[in-house]
Amino acid sequence: MSALLEIRNLGISFGGLRAVHDVSFAANPGEIVSVIGPNGAGKTTLFNMISGVYRPGAGAVVLDGRDVTGMDPFLLARLGLSRTFQNLQIFQNMTVLENAVAGFHLRESGPLLADLLNLPSTRRRARAAEAGARALLERVGLANAAEREAGALSYGALKRLEIARALALEPRVLLLDEPAAGCNAVETEEIDHLIAEVAASGVAILLVEHDMKMVMRISNHIVVLDHGEKIAEGKPEAVSRDPKVIAAYLGPDAAALHEGEVAHA
Amino acid sequence: MSELMQFLMSGVTVGAVYALVALGFTIIYNASDVVNFAQGEFVMLGGMITTFAHLAGLPLPLAALIAIAATAAVGVALDKLAIEPARGAPVVSLIIITIGASIFIRGVAQLVFDKQLHRFPAFTGDAPIALLGATILPQSLWMLAGAIAVFIGLWAFFTRTLTGRAVLATSNNRLAAQLVGINVKWVMTLSFALSAAIGALAGVLATPVTNTSYDIGIALALKGFAAAMLGGMGNPKGALVGGILLGLIEALTAGYVSSVYKDAAAFVVILVVLFAMPQGLFGSKTTDRV
Amino acid sequence: MTTKRATLLILAAIVIVSPFFFPSNYYYRVGSLIFVNALAVTGIVILTGYAGQVSLGHAGFAGIGGYACALAPVHLGLHPGLAALFGAALSGGVAWLVGRPILRLRGYYLAVASLGLGILVAMVLANEAWLTRGPDGIEVPDLGLNDALEAIGIDIRNTQFWYFFSGLVMVVGAWIALNLHDSPTGRALRALHGSEIAARVVGIDVARLKLRAFVISAVYASLAGSLLALQNKFITPDVAGFMHSIEMVTMAVLGGAGSVLGAFLGAAILTTLPQVLTVFQEYEQILLGLVMMLVMIFMREGLLPSLARRVRGREK
Repeated sequence: MSALLEIRNLGISFGGLRAVHDVSFAANPGEIVSVIGPNGAGKTTLFNMISGVYRPGAGAVVLDGRDVTGMDPFLLARLGLSRTFQNLQIFQNMTVLENAVAGFHLRESGPLLADLLNLPSTRRRARAAEAGARALLERVGLANAAEREAGALSYGALKRLEIARALALEPRVLLLDEPAAGCNAVETEEIDHLIAEVAASGVAILLVEHDMKMVMRISNHIVVLDHGEKIAEGKPEAVSRDPKVIAAYLGPDAAALHEGEVAHA
Repeated sequence: MSELMQFLMSGVTVGAVYALVALGFTIIYNASDVVNFAQGEFVMLGGMITTFAHLAGLPLPLAALIAIAATAAVGVALDKLAIEPARGAPVVSLIIITIGASIFIRGVAQLVFDKQLHRFPAFTGDAPIALLGATILPQSLWMLAGAIAVFIGLWAFFTRTLTGRAVLATSNNRLAAQLVGINVKWVMTLSFALSAAIGALAGVLATPVTNTSYDIGIALALKGFAAAMLGGMGNPKGALVGGILLGLIEALTAGYVSSVYKDAAAFVVILVVLFAMPQGLFGSKTTDRV
Repeated sequence: MTTKRATLLILAAIVIVSPFFFPSNYYYRVGSLIFVNALAVTGIVILTGYAGQVSLGHAGFAGIGGYACALAPVHLGLHPGLAALFGAALSGGVAWLVGRPILRLRGYYLAVASLGLGILVAMVLANEAWLTRGPDGIEVPDLGLNDALEAIGIDIRNTQFWYFFSGLVMVVGAWIALNLHDSPTGRALRALHGSEIAARVVGIDVARLKLRAFVISAVYASLAGSLLALQNKFITPDVAGFMHSIEMVTMAVLGGAGSVLGAFLGAAILTTLPQVLTVFQEYEQILLGLVMMLVMIFMREGLLPSLARRVRGREK
């Protein structure tokens, strides 16, 4: 049986510069796969290729046995792939609730004419989406902020709003790009629980995160990138002991000194 | 055959003006990502100011120099007063600002000058020169030479001078340019001045052949944009080739289809380019800029 | 009370109450002009305010709508009212054809292409004299609604009829735009305005939705053009002119491109200004250009939202 999401030899160059080269790994339902590596290792670029924001220069993305390489994000959304962004992509011009409701787009959209005339079917769809959105806001702890303008929220709150919006799609694969960035310890723990909970419901999660404690705690599998290439992968304990990984984070000299210790960013 | 030759000659002549407008577009677009809808007004100002300075008794070369300098000053004012304060505004706002500037400049020109068609004498007489079985006006040669000279000048500026390289660096990566100490604001202002001066030069060169009036700007901007898109947005070589090509298409449309609809050619070109090759002839993400 | 209900009530109240303050019949005429312009600008609100796209050629659609009312009754035997709908369908079709390739690309392409399209329509209307009778314009048949009202015993002067009829159409147009705002489609449009990439990630077919907004706004402009032609019983190619397109955009950004009430405010200000200031004619372009620049630099959201924000800020 093949995995739910398979990344095969993915690569991309920008103006002759190799940003990501020959990266392969797989993710199964319920699994949390973390992609780690120093700044500029190509983690976000990799995410952008998997989610269709960039068209890969080489390799393939296979979702549930289907080649979806370079497919537009809106089509991938229909196939059950969703993501959040490292540098927030919030609908600043809308309320918190509307941001979450937007995540229900695929399920709430219907005939244009019904929308223009505000027919009962439109109202029904909108009501259902709103109820779903409120439940999700509750889940990420933003229920009280529902009616506020999204732009007025703190960074950490917006991170959670993005997660709520991505969850609204009921994805089968969820890509989270630094979900805990800018969050305090309590919020980080909440996100931690949330991710574990979502994974437990059978979603395959790809995670980019700088908080190494969190990564080591919740990941089933870790992929390490350096200079755009995969230098290691495996279980958290194994990866953290890998000299190549430590060298990548701390430099080759440190690797010798710190061998056996857990790398932390 | 000589008829076709004649159409080609006039096409290349008009194309030279479009190329200059497109080059002006390209400079500002590369430096700032702003699509300057007021680009055509620079051409109008170049022609109108020269006309009126010449009418006031100044010799033509001096009048032209004054026109180019004054238009460059207008370009700087546009950047300082309208574009710079709106830094960070979405594309929508920038489009509306430059369109607003274009309407404003038009309105002022209509008040300060008048609504008449104007021209001034050609630089070196009006006696047509026989060439390849057709005739061409001496002024047309001036226009063509002007477009090529500007292109070469820009190429030298961008590759051979420190300032030019700073502009290029800014267009490639604004943040990085800032980090290595390039004054991005100054680069923007310079781009607007340069672009306005080139537009004004186009006006000075073209007016003896095409005439000028306060309201020629918008159509020219549209055609300059069509030319830039045909060649590939942001690519100076594309601007030059796209401009000449558009001029040829127009001249052939006027000659063989309908002279009334020659102005529609630019629009059709835009649509065809958008349908068939949105990157234009020379445009691609990795194409080297001049 | 929701914004939607409040907006509709305010607009309806303006239409009904204003006539009590009209010193002469002439004001009905100005009023109906405002309503027609507000209708067109409501379309711009959908395109620019909701979806964040700029068109510089919407007068072209007004031209199609206007000339449909002049030509379709004569050449196709359509009732003038049906001709207006025919024009709207035609405008929508043209918008669809032109918008489809363009709206897949970056923001300014629509501005340029629509600018070209508007110029092209104006050119055709002025040059194809065999059909349109050229730059001097052409007469438009009577809608006949006024006579129909008279037949059932309602006697109303022509200017007054057009005042109320335009007002009614404007309010219905506003109602539809407000419906759209809070509907799934409207939410998707505003979402792609806020962040195109995030919109795609939640499954929004960005190109298709932009196209919908463009087509809808074209239909609004077309109907406004038809209304204008029908009440003037005459139309010239100027209706499709570049300056008319610019006026529409300016009205929208002045009042507040995101707000239907703002559209009305912008239309009201820029329609009455030339009537109040007789010198306006000469300074029209300067003023329009200045308004566009100043509003975008200092009040990016437009008059109404900026004022509302200030008032709300004071309450706190």
